[in-house]
Amino acid sequence: MLSLSPDEWTAVLLSLRIAVVATTVALPFGIAIAWLLARKDFWGKALLDGVVHLPLVLPPVVTGYLLLIAFGRRGVIGAFLADWLGIVFAFRWTGAALACGVMGFPLMVRAIRLSIEAVDGKLEDASWTLGANRFLVFATITLPLALPGIIAGVVLCFAKALGEFGATITFVSNIPGETQTISAAIYTYTQTPSGDAAAARLALVAIAISLVALIASEWLARRADIRLHGVG
Amino acid sequence: MLTVDVEKQLGAFALRVKFETRDGVTALFGPSGSGKTSIINMVAGLLTPDRGRIMFGPTLWFDAAGGVSAPPHRRGIGYVFQDGRLFPHMTVAHNLDYGRRMYRLPREPDEQARIVAMLDIAHLLERRPGNLSGGERQRVAIGRALLMRPRLLLLDEPLASLDAARKREILPYLLRLRDETVPMIYVSHHAAEVKRIATAIVRIDNGSVTGIGGAELLSTADDDALA
Repeated sequence: MLSLSPDEWTAVLLSLRIAVVATTVALPFGIAIAWLLARKDFWGKALLDGVVHLPLVLPPVVTGYLLLIAFGRRGVIGAFLADWLGIVFAFRWTGAALACGVMGFPLMVRAIRLSIEAVDGKLEDASWTLGANRFLVFATITLPLALPGIIAGVVLCFAKALGEFGATITFVSNIPGETQTISAAIYTYTQTPSGDAAAARLALVAIAISLVALIASEWLARRADIRLHGVG
Repeated sequence: MLTVDVEKQLGAFALRVKFETRDGVTALFGPSGSGKTSIINMVAGLLTPDRGRIMFGPTLWFDAAGGVSAPPHRRGIGYVFQDGRLFPHMTVAHNLDYGRRMYRLPREPDEQARIVAMLDIAHLLERRPGNLSGGERQRVAIGRALLMRPRLLLLDEPLASLDAARKREILPYLLRLRDETVPMIYVSHHAAEVKRIATAIVRIDNGSVTGIGGAELLSTADDDALA
């Protein structure tokens, strides 16, 4: 019962790969946008904030549909990327990673933004007077002090990416070995007469991965907290 | 020599000051809310004046008309804040070394050891700011500002957040600072403190300079917590 078939393994490993790639690629953008939203005032800030958060409130199917229009083979951006850079998203695992990254992005930005806002601007001023330019102020003061929030943002994005279903299946369909993630595989097995056991196994795997991610993030956040404010 | 001639509107409060300082310790003396901290924030580059200029010797730090404004990290000013502002994620040793690293200055172990000894903080080096006393924190903040080898040292009410016992603890270290060669600007509303530390006084009232000179600018009615 507890050993996975090759097809199930494929779905699990694919899901992990998609979630890891989506989170890793999203992280630098997430930190940059969270910093902009937390520390800067500029024209169009409300719009940027809205666009970033849109996937959180839109039906996932709509997000997937928009991705299909923009990044599909004949989409404006998709055609450009395919012709000039050879990057294809449509019906590839890269497309699944894009969809998962987009869906997880608002959760990541929210967590990081809150933690950057919580960093005392007076410490950044002090660092500035001690000879640090803007970038070094960010790298040596803001970023390390915001670390617990960044960890939280990474875990939220990863969890969202791992469980994403609607946007992914709309954008890149449900192709075993290419775009069939754990969620899509579970859905497929529940639709097949003899698939109950497989669905249950994959559900257990999903629960296990989520638990491990949660525990790891708690542990990391506590370590970061001790490092930041610790007695010692 | 520092030359300040600036104007700044802060809400309903208008700040308009003109003064020069020489070597030694110049006190910016005046009641709370008279604009002293805003003045040194403009000197440090943390606050941008609306009009005027700030020069240090021949170096132009700020000139509104000429569009010159050197950022804080190019001014080489050591700033001791009222609330210390030590970095909580670094040890005391890393805090002390921060300015030297950011300014890419060579290590000078002898100078470092001298300042650590002067401020009596050698036993704190491996600790985190979170578990230092207020007085210890302020001594580390002074050391951190000195170790970046500043051209000018700004001290903003370094005793204000401390109780009377802690003030008495820090004062001797501040008096030792007078023997350093770096010129200093010492912000305080506390006459007894200013009297003991400053070599020149600029009196600030309600956003304007109302006197430049020596101890005669201090009224006799000020409190004697340091006496």
